[in-house]
Parts: sequence; structure tokens; C-alpha cells
Amino acid sequence: MSLDAKQKKAFVEPLFKNNPVFIQILGICSALAVTTSMRNAVTMALAVTFVAAFSNLGVSLIRKYIPGSIRMIVEMVIIATFVILVDQLIKAFSYPLSKQLSVYVGLIITNCIVMGRAEAFAIKNGPCESLMDGIGNGFGYGAVLIVVAFFRELLGSGKIFGFVVLPTVQNGGWYVPNGLMVMAPAAFFLIGAIIWVLKTFNKNLQDAE
Amino acid sequence: MEHIFSMFVQGVFTQNLALSCFLGMCTFLAVSKKVNAAIGLGIAVIVVQAITIPVNNLLYNYVLREGALAWTGVDALAKLDLSFLSFITFIGVIAALVQILEMTLDRYFPPLYNALGVFLPLITVNCAIMGGSLFMQQRDYSFGDSCLYGLFSGLGWAVAIAILAGIREKLEYSHTPKGLRGLGIAFMTAGLLAMAFMTFSGM
Repeated sequence: MSLDAKQKKAFVEPLFKNNPVFIQILGICSALAVTTSMRNAVTMALAVTFVAAFSNLGVSLIRKYIPGSIRMIVEMVIIATFVILVDQLIKAFSYPLSKQLSVYVGLIITNCIVMGRAEAFAIKNGPCESLMDGIGNGFGYGAVLIVVAFFRELLGSGKIFGFVVLPTVQNGGWYVPNGLMVMAPAAFFLIGAIIWVLKTFNKNLQDAE
Repeated sequence: MEHIFSMFVQGVFTQNLALSCFLGMCTFLAVSKKVNAAIGLGIAVIVVQAITIPVNNLLYNYVLREGALAWTGVDALAKLDLSFLSFITFIGVIAALVQILEMTLDRYFPPLYNALGVFLPLITVNCAIMGGSLFMQQRDYSFGDSCLYGLFSGLGWAVAIAILAGIREKLEYSHTPKGLRGLGIAFMTAGLLAMAFMTFSGM
């Protein structure tokens, strides 16, 4: 598929310059909750990318037929349909994983990224751009998730993707795992720290506050 | 009595929706700049939570779950498992109830509507509400428990946002590093609050 400039822009921009989590401050809930291990983070990233891409496509395809006053509900129904699909797929092929992700798969419905992109982008743009925008935002979100999960899993249990990197004391190694990392507060600190770094190096963002 | 107390501690402190389950974060960070706004939104969340969770509980137990339609007496319906529809049902119920609540307040309690009005539409997309209903489904609460859970989990969220707003108002006057100002320090504060709330888990 060849992309013209506008489609490329829709894909690339949300990855870094207009990242949904740090810059647009959307979808933080699940970014914090599912990042205790890399497996969870990657699954969640793929799920959100899938839902964002196809709900954007769906909304964009029928955007000319949706009456303005009920567009929120129509968008909600489209998004919910794809979320149910994803949830059933994860349950069917990886049941333990779906237990770990618990309610957060269902919460993709109310994830502001998906709804926000449908409302801000897909309703005004053609299907191809919308699809790329959805994928781009999904990846931008996924990148943040994976970075946070990398630190939390490495420092919290000495593993990456379940493989031992730092052998822990309990297993005869030398690394004393930092229990706080797998608990709630560490997620807040890590995201806070990442925002700090980003804002220090990118002066444009400071003025926006 | 003991049961109610343990539900209270669980809902408000150890399983706090905002600080330990990370729900409703977007509004949690966006509306916590002023204490008054934070308390208004907190009250709105308590009200909506206390209504939607019991309603969703009834719907789940008498329509959606496997064998729930047995009360109709029709054989074909008795074996039906509609639980895959729960996401779309819950979100529909929440959207509809918020709308109804808004209209009722507007008609009968205008002062309350003026105070809460701007926050109500925000609540439909607040994942704390949806999350509360999903936790109710996952933990299989009875109707009574779901009433308690709705009330207490909403209360926990409201307490958390009120505290954070109070701290952020004071932080305006302090010298935080430039890059940390605004959102960064809000995250750090929320992290410290989460640690404080975690200490209740030994109770």
C-alpha cells in the first residue's frame, strides 16, 4: 500500500510528537494498570491498536450517514463491538492472560484514546487516513506501555517477558527485587518521571502548561 | 455490621478505584486543579456509581448471565448465556442513566443541577463507572453487596480526587523543577497518595 503525505502524517505524528499518553493525556488508566509485565503490556497494546484502527475505519466509513445528534452513541456501539471481539479472542486463545488483564480489556470501551480519535479525527476524515491514524495512536500508546512495563518487570521481578535477566535472591541469585515496582505507586512515579524527562528536553511542551 | 465495615475499607481504601485500580485517571488528573470542582465531580461520581452498579447487577443476574433467563419459564431461553453482551449493556445503561439523572436534576433540583451539571456528561466516559460495574460482575456481588460497593467505591474515588486537588492547590506556590511542573508533579503526588492508601491493606 502506498501512502501519500497526509496518511503518513496521520500515522507518524501520534508516535512521538503528539503521543496520546504524554501529550494528549488520554488513556492513562490502562497505561498504569496493565504494565506490571511485558506480556500484559504487549497484549494490551495490540488490543488497543486493533480497536482504535478498526473503530476509526468503521466510524469514518459511515460518517456521512450518522446524524450529528446521536454520533456519540453510534461511535460507542462501533467501539464496543470491536472490544467484545477482542475480549472473546483473548478468552478463547489465552485464558490465563485474560484473567490477568481482568476488567481492563473491557475498559478499552471507555479508553479516551479510542473515543477521542473517533470523535476528533475519524468523523472528519476519509477511511484510509483514519485507519492509519488509529494504528499510529495505538502504537504511540503501546510504546509508552512497553517502556513502563520494561522497567516495572525488570526492577520488580528481575525478568523480561518472563525470562530471568537479573537472578533474584529467592532463586539463589544476587538481585533483591523491588516489591514496590509491581504495586500501584511505582506506575505513577515512572510516568511522572518520563513526563519530566520529555518536558525537560522539549521546551515547547513546557509553555503549553 | 462487620461485613459492611470490611466492604467500606475495601471500597474506600485498599481497592481505591483511582489510586490502586487506576480508574478514571483522565478526569482524575484533569479536574483536580481546584478543590471545588474536584468535590463537585466527586459527588457526581458517588451518585452515579451508587445507581449504576446495582442496576447493572440486576441486569446481569436476571438477563445476561448463563441460565439467568430461567424465570421466563421458556426452555430455549433458560439455557441462554448472554454474558458476552455485558460490555455493551453496561455502557448503554451508564449512558442512559446519566442522561436521565441530568434531566431529573434539571427539572426538580435546579441548584444541584447548576452545581453538578457540567460534570455529568464527563462521567459517561469516566472509566471508574464502567470499571465499577465490571468489578461487580467479576467478583459476583449479590444485590445488597453491589449497593454497598457502588456507594463506597464512589466515595473512595471522591476522597482521592479531593485530597489530590487540595495538595495541587498548595503546590502552585512551591518551586518545582520546570519540567516537572503541572502534570509531572501531579503524577508523583498521586503515587505518594497511593502509597498512603496502600498501608490500609493490613487491616
